[in-house]
Amino acid sequence: MSTSAESLRVIENATCTFCGCVCDDMVLKVQGDRIVEAKNACVLGKAWFLNHHPENRPLATIEGKPVSLDEAVERAAQILVQARYPVVYGLSDTTCEAQRIAVAIADWIGACVDTTTSVCHGPSGMAFQGVGEVTCSLGEVKNRADLVIFWGCNPAESHPRHMTRYSTMPRGLFVPKGRKDRTVVLVDVRRTKTAPAADIFLAIKPRKDFEALWALRAIVKGMEVDERIEEETGLSMAQLKDLAQRMKSCKFGVLFFGMGLSMTRGKHLNVEAALALARDLNQFTKFYIKPMRGHGNVTGADNVVSWQTGYPFGVNLARGYPRFNPGEYTTADLLARGEADAALIIASDPLANFSQPAREHLRRIPYIALDPKETPTTRHATVAFTTAVYGINVAGTVYRMDDVPIRLRPALPSPYPSDEEVLRRIERRVRQLLGHPSSVHP
Amino acid sequence: MTPTFLLIAGRTSRQGTSLNDSKFGAEYLEETRTLLLHAEDLKQLGLQSGQRIRVRSAWGDAEVIAQVDKRGELPRGVVFIAYGEVSSRLMGGDTHGTGMPDSKGIEVVIEPGPVAPGPPADDLNSSEQGS
Ligand code: SF4
Repeated sequence: MSTSAESLRVIENATCTFCGCVCDDMVLKVQGDRIVEAKNACVLGKAWFLNHHPENRPLATIEGKPVSLDEAVERAAQILVQARYPVVYGLSDTTCEAQRIAVAIADWIGACVDTTTSVCHGPSGMAFQGVGEVTCSLGEVKNRADLVIFWGCNPAESHPRHMTRYSTMPRGLFVPKGRKDRTVVLVDVRRTKTAPAADIFLAIKPRKDFEALWALRAIVKGMEVDERIEEETGLSMAQLKDLAQRMKSCKFGVLFFGMGLSMTRGKHLNVEAALALARDLNQFTKFYIKPMRGHGNVTGADNVVSWQTGYPFGVNLARGYPRFNPGEYTTADLLARGEADAALIIASDPLANFSQPAREHLRRIPYIALDPKETPTTRHATVAFTTAVYGINVAGTVYRMDDVPIRLRPALPSPYPSDEEVLRRIERRVRQLLGHPSSVHP
Repeated sequence: MTPTFLLIAGRTSRQGTSLNDSKFGAEYLEETRTLLLHAEDLKQLGLQSGQRIRVRSAWGDAEVIAQVDKRGELPRGVVFIAYGEVSSRLMGGDTHGTGMPDSKGIEVVIEPGPVAPGPPADDLNSSEQGS
């Protein structure tokens, strides 16, 4: 019996893949086909595990009608090989193993391959290429950081265990008193739920991040800054000078930035300013900078697409070699401009998240969607596959937001195939249709 | 002249927990269709917390429920909504060569909503409400 006490199983060191913190210290209790307890999980992690229930959906549908897996794979492959300008999109909520097959499909059919990075930290990806990233792991932050700055991010609501597990609360080798040994600063437009966890809250005016960061660069270098900076940014000269002084005099500083920088006007330029500030500070002390990555394996998507094509997102493979051009080969643009004529969407929901013109175009073209749950995107898909949930049902590799790879320990079997399995079948059929019998992924 | 507000879309705990249940569930829909406003802004617009209002950007408009920002998170002139279908509808398609549409800091105007419930704005909306 699924509910009997004997069937209670405990899975230690399971991994939560709901957010980029990828906490790998979960203790899950499983009874029958449900997870009944998720020890160590935050409120989001608990919702992720405890809401997991067997879906009552067909394995696959074509135009909303249940079909066999074979029929769905056949139709999906036909759509992809017939398309003239297809895009492969999503990928941030699946394993690296599935991601690499998706890139292979994009390669065979000469598609654009793009991930949800392009609509979260895509501008940060561009900025990394321009300035570079002074980077470290969250383990180093835990053991060393005595100044932690959160800029345009709200970990209390988006990454609830970031502060307790990695960045502000834990005791570390060189910060033995934990929170007491650290100064925590929050810079944001809103006084969010993260504000009470900070020692200093700096309320910046909306869309003035670049100006404030550039002024900080000047102050750090000992240059004069116009007094009108306060009127411009909402931050007083005294506040800016105090922050600059703290940054220069800390032993190990880290700036975590969120989409407050990358999604606001200025985008990659805002992030470039922050990266340049962190780089400058290394003339005085050790200073690092990291983006707060949202989805569980969005960092893996950047890594996989980078090691396969040389670029992290927005890559066009139509000429048989990769070309990178955000704004041209990124999905939001390919759809909003009405260019893509088919799409393969893995583990994401553009029909809910994209702009109106992009959504309207997506609804006009044939597309394939893989998702464990029903979403607006799966509802309108030409071919939809229900897949197993990574981390809960499926093993594999994901990258934490600091680029540390973590192996998943699944808790439950699923009646549905994994993304990897479905993508492998599509890839095999695509190859056959294109007359390439041998696989690059045995 | 109608005052312009800056709209910030972002994550909230409730949006995060409810999407694990279902994007078609009542809780997720309520959370992603609620607009937070500063108490003074609400007063100045002559609106009540809980009232249906219309938010309009250069690219689209949507009907939402106005809610006073009880925790005092917002400065005057800034309004907030959890990421979802409504926040997307207010974004433009142009990404200024970055791949990323402006999703935070969008200029919007706010007007009182219809007295009687109007028809849903599009079929996506109606399919969501139907489940
Ligand atoms: S912080 Fe993120 S990864 Fe950790 S338990 Fe919460 S949702 Fe899961």
